[in-house]
Amino acid sequence: MSAVIPFPDAIIACNGLSKHFGGVRAFTDVAFQARRGEVTAVIGDNGAGKSTLIRCLVGVHVPDAGSIVFDGREHPFSNPDGARKAGIETVHQNLALIDELTVAQNLFLNRELVRRIGPFAFLDRKAMRREARSMLSRLSINVPSINQRVRRLSGGQRQAISICRAVGSGAKLVVMDEPTAALGVQETANVEALIRRLREQSVSVILVSHNFDQVRRLSDQIWVMRAGKMAATVRASETSGNELVALVTGAA
Amino acid sequence: MSNSTDNAPVAHSAGAPEESRSSLAALLLDPSFWADWASVVGLVGLVVIFGIAQPVFLSVANLQALLLAAAILVVLSIGQTFVVATSGIDLSLAAAVMLGAVILGLVNAAGYGIFIACVLCVLATSALGFFNGLIITAGKIPDFVVTLGTLSGITGLGLILSGGEPTMVGSTFLLKLASGSFGPLGYPVWVAIAAVVVAHIALYHSRFGVHLLATGGQAESAGALGIRTNRVKVAAYTISGFCAGIAAILLVARIGSAEPLINTSLLLNSVAAVVLGGVSLFGGRASILGPAIGALMLTALVNGLTLLSVSAFYQPLAVGTIVVLAALIMRYQK
Repeated sequence: MSAVIPFPDAIIACNGLSKHFGGVRAFTDVAFQARRGEVTAVIGDNGAGKSTLIRCLVGVHVPDAGSIVFDGREHPFSNPDGARKAGIETVHQNLALIDELTVAQNLFLNRELVRRIGPFAFLDRKAMRREARSMLSRLSINVPSINQRVRRLSGGQRQAISICRAVGSGAKLVVMDEPTAALGVQETANVEALIRRLREQSVSVILVSHNFDQVRRLSDQIWVMRAGKMAATVRASETSGNELVALVTGAA
Repeated sequence: MSNSTDNAPVAHSAGAPEESRSSLAALLLDPSFWADWASVVGLVGLVVIFGIAQPVFLSVANLQALLLAAAILVVLSIGQTFVVATSGIDLSLAAAVMLGAVILGLVNAAGYGIFIACVLCVLATSALGFFNGLIITAGKIPDFVVTLGTLSGITGLGLILSGGEPTMVGSTFLLKLASGSFGPLGYPVWVAIAAVVVAHIALYHSRFGVHLLATGGQAESAGALGIRTNRVKVAAYTISGFCAGIAAILLVARIGSAEPLINTSLLLNSVAAVVLGGVSLFGGRASILGPAIGALMLTALVNGLTLLSVSAFYQPLAVGTIVVLAALIMRYQK
């Protein structure tokens, strides 16, 4: 599978990637790439290795073998901070927001705007609130107030805010691991609408999902993992739900 | 596209002006508001009750004495606040005050001058806090256990260093610090006010403050966002130690000698003030004014009971009752 012809406009591309945990093989010799400005989905059954692959891309795990090229440069990220600095933002499934902080504080956590007065750096809270409002309105995200603690928000609103934070940081690539896994029907629809807006705005997104219908609705390119291998890749517009099921289960 | 807009609750989709109009009434009905402001409400209540029962309580002289007596506890509560905000607790705080005092006394007695003695006192207690933080984060040991250990360790160290004897500190600088005043307030009160202002700015207007609350709120999430939570924790304990050093200087100035005795009520009251101040013991939620007012309230309670000639034996009972009541109110914070 490693002989995939690289897209000329790939934001991230990896080749021959392998990751083992002790004797357990998460995946071997995987090639994967995502085009700039597209939503790229990775699907697969539980244990197919998709989450581990994604964690390698965002620096949580270091692959045992293979190369990752991000934005035209070789990038062996050894930690999430390195990946973030290079421009990969991750929307975590659970590790998303700090409950006790406000919406605005969460949006700017660890990249706070400051005003320097002599040797001291003071938070520029007014600028952060202003920016937070415009970030949210750019993506048409509705929250009661940006000064509200995140604890009070619904699951869908929280997910929208974490996506907004990832996009608002000026990331070149936003990685979402099961963004709707814990959400109800209506909230899932809201987050899907948000992802569609990201696609309209040409944000590069990698989406990991269990939900084949969702993947066909949202993504441009779909990669299918099966038992630690990259089994296939198809254009979302040229495939059907049945074909995806067949690819994931290995019936094809 | 329109889904997210439709889904927002109607009351919530209102614009900014309506948001602020409804907020005052909502605020007064919200139990969480009362939990946040428990110390202020309690302080006002105590002042009114004691003022009626014993008018001397409201005399300028008594209020000045009250503030003076509260200064040490205010400084300690601030230190404790930084630690509790990270969801930790510093049980070694009062022991650190004792160690700082002993070091101050011994260095001064050895003839090094009072300034060097004070600097060494603060350095020693800060180092102790740093050490606490280091063991807690590097060793991944619960805060409670580590600081309980250092509480005992320092008690021993203080006794060994001092030989169990108090050291007289006859310094004009400390005498002035304890008894002098600027305007209507004594110097220790100004020290406490300065500590409140600096700590408030650090908590609300610096990146460190936000990272501190994030670390206390959800350390794992904060770490996933690149915040170095271990460093933040160590810093919080170091700040706590620093505050203990300042409190030690104020204490030695106040009593004129350095004693190898731990004032356990200082420790318990510092935690009590933090709880009264609306700081969540689970971390992530803190203020500086709250605990400072909580410290004032506890001091006012003792002061008022004394003026009413209530036996000193009842004071711990009263403090305990109030703290438990405050903790009950805190349950409404969520």
